[in-house]
Amino acid sequence: MEHATFILGSYAGTAVSIALYAFWIIRRGRTLAEHATDAEMPWT
Amino acid sequence: MTSRKSTGTSATRWLGVVVLLMLTLLALCGLVFSAEDVVQGSTVRLMYIHVPSIWVAYIAFVITALCSATYLSSKSRSLVWDRVAGASGEIGVIFVALSLVTGSLWGRITWGTYWVWDARLTSTAFLFITYIGYLAVRRLGGTHRQRARRSGVLALLAVIEIPLVHFSVKMWRSLHQDASVANTNAKVELDGLMLFSLFLGVVSFTLLYAWLVLHRQRVLFLEDAVADRGLDAAILSRRDEAQV
Repeated sequence: MEHATFILGSYAGTAVSIALYAFWIIRRGRTLAEHATDAEMPWT
Repeated sequence: MTSRKSTGTSATRWLGVVVLLMLTLLALCGLVFSAEDVVQGSTVRLMYIHVPSIWVAYIAFVITALCSATYLSSKSRSLVWDRVAGASGEIGVIFVALSLVTGSLWGRITWGTYWVWDARLTSTAFLFITYIGYLAVRRLGGTHRQRARRSGVLALLAVIEIPLVHFSVKMWRSLHQDASVANTNAKVELDGLMLFSLFLGVVSFTLLYAWLVLHRQRVLFLEDAVADRGLDAAILSRRDEAQV
């Protein structure tokens, strides 16, 4: 594949960025949910 | 066994699994199975993540504006609309940043430079900065309702930039190519698998956006609840001090 560094780098960069953001959201949600009451979590 | 408390539900877990499978298939189609372009060669593979990224950014900012308009116009003034707007705006910023980075790498190969002050690139950068400002305004002090009102007005103003970005290639002379697949006059013939990969990218990124918004707005809900609890505790503490 020509320009493999740019192409694979773009795919990897996109995947890592989204994964880190998703991980941060899930972790923050879990931390806050630990101390939340059921009334504060209407989706449960 | 009790499940750990989180922002997830069985529906979001299923959606997450579907998104993961679709993104894996996208990587395979985009990097392995789809053919190289006659003109652009292998660099066309960047299209399968670059186009869906800006597509999601557009959707995210439009939903931010729609939710803000609903909040500002409704009698109930439900903060749910404000939280969805905030979550959507934040996710839009991430995807517009990804679009700028992948576009810049594509530009380095095609144009020989990472950046030019071209109409499309400059207006997209301006869009990015505007929504960074939107997120900053959301973090200013005040009550949740003050936050919702301030950021809601800004979201309604900022969304006007989207047609400006999208049609910049028509309004000004631009190095960036015009719409090709969506343009019926362009007479672009895309190979079946190339078109499928692009379609898969758009659908999987849109579902990913939905998954992220669901979780992020729930996190914002919990953050607001924690802030309210802190305020209630501070008021009680002051009352206790006053009685002593």
